[in-house]
Amino acid sequence: MSAEVTPIRTAAETALIERFKAAKGELPGDGEVAKRREEAFARIEAAGLPHRRVEEWKYTDLRGLMREAAPLAPLPSAAEAAGAIAAAEAFAAVDAVRLTFVNGHFLPGASSTGGLPAGVEIVPLAEALASGHALLREMGRVAVGKDNAALALNAAFMADGAVIRVADGVPVAQPLHLRFVNTGAAPFATSPRVLVAVGEGASVTLLETHEGTAGVAYQTNTVVEIFAGAGTNVSHVRLNAEGDGALALSTLAVSLGAEALFNTLGVVTGSAAARHQLFLAFEGEGSKVSIGGATMIGGRQHADTTLVVDHAVPGCESRELFKTVVDGEATGVFQGKIIVRPDAQKTDGRMMSAALLLSETGTMNNKPELEIFADDVQCAHGATCGALDEDLLFYLMARGLPRGEAEALLVQAFLGEAIELVAHEGVREALLGRTAAWLAARAA
Amino acid sequence: MPAVQETVERVKTLDVDQYKYGFETHIEVDKAPKGLSEDIVRFISQKKGEPEWMTEWRLEAYRRWVTMREPTWARVSYPKIDYQDLYYYAAPKKNPAPKSLDEVDPEILKTYEKLGIPLREQEILAGVEGGSRVAVDAVFDSVSVATTFKEELRKAGVIFCSISEAIREHAELVRKYLGSVVPVSDNFFATLNSAVFTDGSFVYVPEGVRCPMELSTYFRINERKTGQFERTLIIADKGSYVSYLEGCTAPQRDENQLHAAVVELIALDDAEIKYSTVQNWYPGDAQGKGGVYNFVTKRGDCRGANSKISWTQVETGSAITWKYPSCILRGDNSRGEFYSIAISNGYQQVDSGTKMLHLGKNTTSRIISKGIAAGRSENTYRGLVSAHRKATGARNFTNCDSLLIGDKCGAHTVPYIESKNASAVFEHEATTSKISDDQMFYCLQRGLDEEEAVALIVNGFVKDVLQQLPMEFAVEAQKLISISLEGSVG
Repeated sequence: MSAEVTPIRTAAETALIERFKAAKGELPGDGEVAKRREEAFARIEAAGLPHRRVEEWKYTDLRGLMREAAPLAPLPSAAEAAGAIAAAEAFAAVDAVRLTFVNGHFLPGASSTGGLPAGVEIVPLAEALASGHALLREMGRVAVGKDNAALALNAAFMADGAVIRVADGVPVAQPLHLRFVNTGAAPFATSPRVLVAVGEGASVTLLETHEGTAGVAYQTNTVVEIFAGAGTNVSHVRLNAEGDGALALSTLAVSLGAEALFNTLGVVTGSAAARHQLFLAFEGEGSKVSIGGATMIGGRQHADTTLVVDHAVPGCESRELFKTVVDGEATGVFQGKIIVRPDAQKTDGRMMSAALLLSETGTMNNKPELEIFADDVQCAHGATCGALDEDLLFYLMARGLPRGEAEALLVQAFLGEAIELVAHEGVREALLGRTAAWLAARAA
Repeated sequence: MPAVQETVERVKTLDVDQYKYGFETHIEVDKAPKGLSEDIVRFISQKKGEPEWMTEWRLEAYRRWVTMREPTWARVSYPKIDYQDLYYYAAPKKNPAPKSLDEVDPEILKTYEKLGIPLREQEILAGVEGGSRVAVDAVFDSVSVATTFKEELRKAGVIFCSISEAIREHAELVRKYLGSVVPVSDNFFATLNSAVFTDGSFVYVPEGVRCPMELSTYFRINERKTGQFERTLIIADKGSYVSYLEGCTAPQRDENQLHAAVVELIALDDAEIKYSTVQNWYPGDAQGKGGVYNFVTKRGDCRGANSKISWTQVETGSAITWKYPSCILRGDNSRGEFYSIAISNGYQQVDSGTKMLHLGKNTTSRIISKGIAAGRSENTYRGLVSAHRKATGARNFTNCDSLLIGDKCGAHTVPYIESKNASAVFEHEATTSKISDDQMFYCLQRGLDEEEAVALIVNGFVKDVLQQLPMEFAVEAQKLISISLEGSVG
């Protein structure tokens, strides 16, 4: 049919275009980096922000959620930063090397990198962009996320973050904590990016936490890229405890070499609207991956987890387990896709998404997808959605627990299944504590 | 693990170069001029002797269609269709509206004989003594050429005739229900169909009547460069029951032919409709040349309380299948079922599945889908299960398995599960591991090997449904259900 649709730009889209025009001269990096920014933004300018008619964003209408394009966050004043850091509490009890980012800006002064072994290099991204760091070439390596709008936005506006390199064979004992803190009285936007290259046979645990001021409609769009070589062992935990007004986009893109182990868990309790994307590509044979998620939302929150696992080579294994608890008028979204390419024989992929609706007014949208081109593989996906089992509640209540406590116990057990995937004891305990706190707040 | 040998061989017998119905019938036809315009729409309406309201209805659809764009979300690819390069109406020239079977062009009768569809009632009775009888509506290109057992059905109060006849004779029913399940502008192909549909079947089963025999329609595309746009409307009034079957074939040609049908089912309180399809349109040759583009909108509305609609489909034909038989579970306690076997070979592309929309209280639905891809084909299951805010106590169980034979094909699963009600319980799974250990143990203990046991159990499940297909359809279907899904990848 011939009827051509002329896109009508929303206020946010127009503002984004203006912002980019004004900011591109100021943003760090020239040459290749500047070209990359232009290319990424051209995509946004041509297609606009993704909306419900764009399949990938069917359940999370970014155009609707991003009514306004908030101004880019400047470097906060020392006092402001200190106040915000003092208020940040996520994983505070965990003994870790801490890299602190306030409103997306890396603050080496507020970071503690003393305990790092030799062979770990950490460079602020702003510096790396300006100097043309070698690792920048790897940016955007995971092909399945290539045309993604959130990634493109970040690539256009990225101002700071970090480049981390772990040399071959180095085991990093202490977890590396990427602490993102957001603070401000008026709306602002941040686009931090962190690149992590893990050399052959090295191992590292990355913790990523996102916290921020309540009641402010700030926008964050974080990208973490991990390039893990052959024989590496990488653990990653991500906690979204953003302020209740936040629109939080985040992407984790991972490429894995042969015989590597990788596991990640994403926990979401914060922000008004959140979308966490995960793109993972197997580049070498015999690797194993475990991907987990625990989402607990209420009120009018919206939380989306979108995942694409690309089995491009034979003999890899992936396990995905996602748990979502929806209360109030909140909306949970899970979109998962396992791709098995023609050569990826002997792939073993299992994806499960389970959701609990605690209220009459919650919504859960599940889309567990398989795309298979090889005939000697094992793939399975499952999805369930429902309320708490009345029989189980009855059993607990018959043993003297009040209904509220019985519910909390069952929800804790439901989410626990995913949280238990975390190997680090302190982190696991902290996450279970968050779950308990969420349930306590719900009961109150 | 890869598919077992037995399965590979069975699927081979259904390969695209084994197509048995590819012959052509040479008869003189009366065609509309090529292309599509308001005039063509009027021409079709006039040919059918339709009342003014129907012509307007079609024109309205046409005007909307002009503003619509062809959907691209399905996982199928085909060259752009030139909608102006098709004939939208083709009817046998000799007596296009025969009063009895004796007036029907003998060539056409021969065609149906060749296809194994008996149109003479006495032959049907002679053929299968004591067997179940089936009333057939035979649609040849754009017109219905014969409908059998009309008299006997009339005695039971059942109306079974072509939709063209229904528009003339039962206007009040058609006006009330046509487009009430699939609205005129529902989607691109449904809108096109609303503008230019030529024939199809109409069934009305009155209150409390159990239809005395199976009803069926056999669709045949014959003419070159002709699109077939059929429209079927089935209404089961309160407490009634009807089982309806459809079959379809087309000649072997190296051009692609377009088939865009709309089927609407309406089940009122306590009524039940069983709708079965054996789709065997010409799939194209081994190089992917030719074949029918099958873009179909099928939807059932469980409008009344305790109603039930069940879809069964066996899909082996068509170059491209784009088809999602759905159920709107509006009435409280209503029930929707979808059983599907889709087998693709050669260069076939299948994008099929279902939608179960739970609107009423305590509604239940079940989806069982098997997709088998071989050769260079692509086989996609795409389904939606959703619970509305008021659908308290809704339940769904979905099981979709796919199997790949060879490493040049693809199998995909795209399920959407949307729940807005806490008490709705949805389960979706896609593995073959659900066969219980007890059942396996029982079979193994009796000397079956593991493979035989799996085949027995998996097929036993689907057989339940397919066994009820009448003889003409059963042969093909029986062969299909015996295909083991061992090695299925989920």
